[in-house]
Amino acid sequence: MNSLGAAVLGAVFNLNHPAHTVDWSFIHLSVANVVVIGLMLIVFVLAILLPFPGAASREAARRGGGGGAP
Amino acid sequence: MSVTPTTPPKSWTVKVREKGVEALPPDKLLPDGQPTYVASWIYVFGVASIASLIVIIGSGCILALKGPAWWHETGVGHFFNSIHLWSVELFFFVMVVHLWGKYWMAAWRGGRGRVWVTGAITFLVAVPCALTGYVSQQNFDAQWISTQAKDAMNSVGVGAFFNLTNFGQMYSYHILLLPIAIVLLVSLHVLLVRRNGVVPPIELEEKLTAMRATSPDAQHPPAGAGEVQS
Repeated sequence: MNSLGAAVLGAVFNLNHPAHTVDWSFIHLSVANVVVIGLMLIVFVLAILLPFPGAASREAARRGGGGGAP
Repeated sequence: MSVTPTTPPKSWTVKVREKGVEALPPDKLLPDGQPTYVASWIYVFGVASIASLIVIIGSGCILALKGPAWWHETGVGHFFNSIHLWSVELFFFVMVVHLWGKYWMAAWRGGRGRVWVTGAITFLVAVPCALTGYVSQQNFDAQWISTQAKDAMNSVGVGAFFNLTNFGQMYSYHILLLPIAIVLLVSLHVLLVRRNGVVPPIELEEKLTAMRATSPDAQHPPAGAGEVQS
């Protein structure tokens, strides 16, 4: 494989080194896992805050007397 | 002399059918709508977990059919190997958000304790299922993980019958025993959700409790709680 092919197929990030870690007291986490945990927290908060598509119109229809029908 | 009519004894199939229909009538088993409060993103992550699980099982079946040489040495094999890995990553991601959501809304309320417990056990079974997958890869990564993880198993006393360095045993656990356990647990979890209904928001249940306290005959939930959406 030529160098261009190797560059295209290679990892986006340089992985040729020991893992970076976050250390705090007995807590020892890889940066990759910390990023994933952060993303889960963001998704969790967004899932609570963001309106669900169509929920408002359904609620309006229900309050208008159109609710109850499947 | 009169003859007393006697009903023939019911066969076990009839008994099972009657018990099943009693526990889960068809309109509860396959409902055509859900309460309006379900129209929220936080209620999406349970079904997202099931969707991920379907992709995991589908891609895993293809990997099992083709074998390690295929998934390590061919482009299509790499593709399905990656599909399997990333669907597992997604499965755990959405399952953890689902777990957080249900924890903070106290989803064991209203007689839903078994729903919560089956979900928690599914999570606990999914962890060794993923671990056995990592050690079944047939590469240096698998060797590294198995030799590291065996010490953890030995330290808790299960290494004698759960040997991380035994590929045959780990592969059997990964593609047969643990997936069967997960599918059964998820099926039971979903059936219990169907039986008990999706847990309402806490403030809605408080309104319902208050309404029942003032009017013990009131069996209907407050406005909007029980109405269905198409």
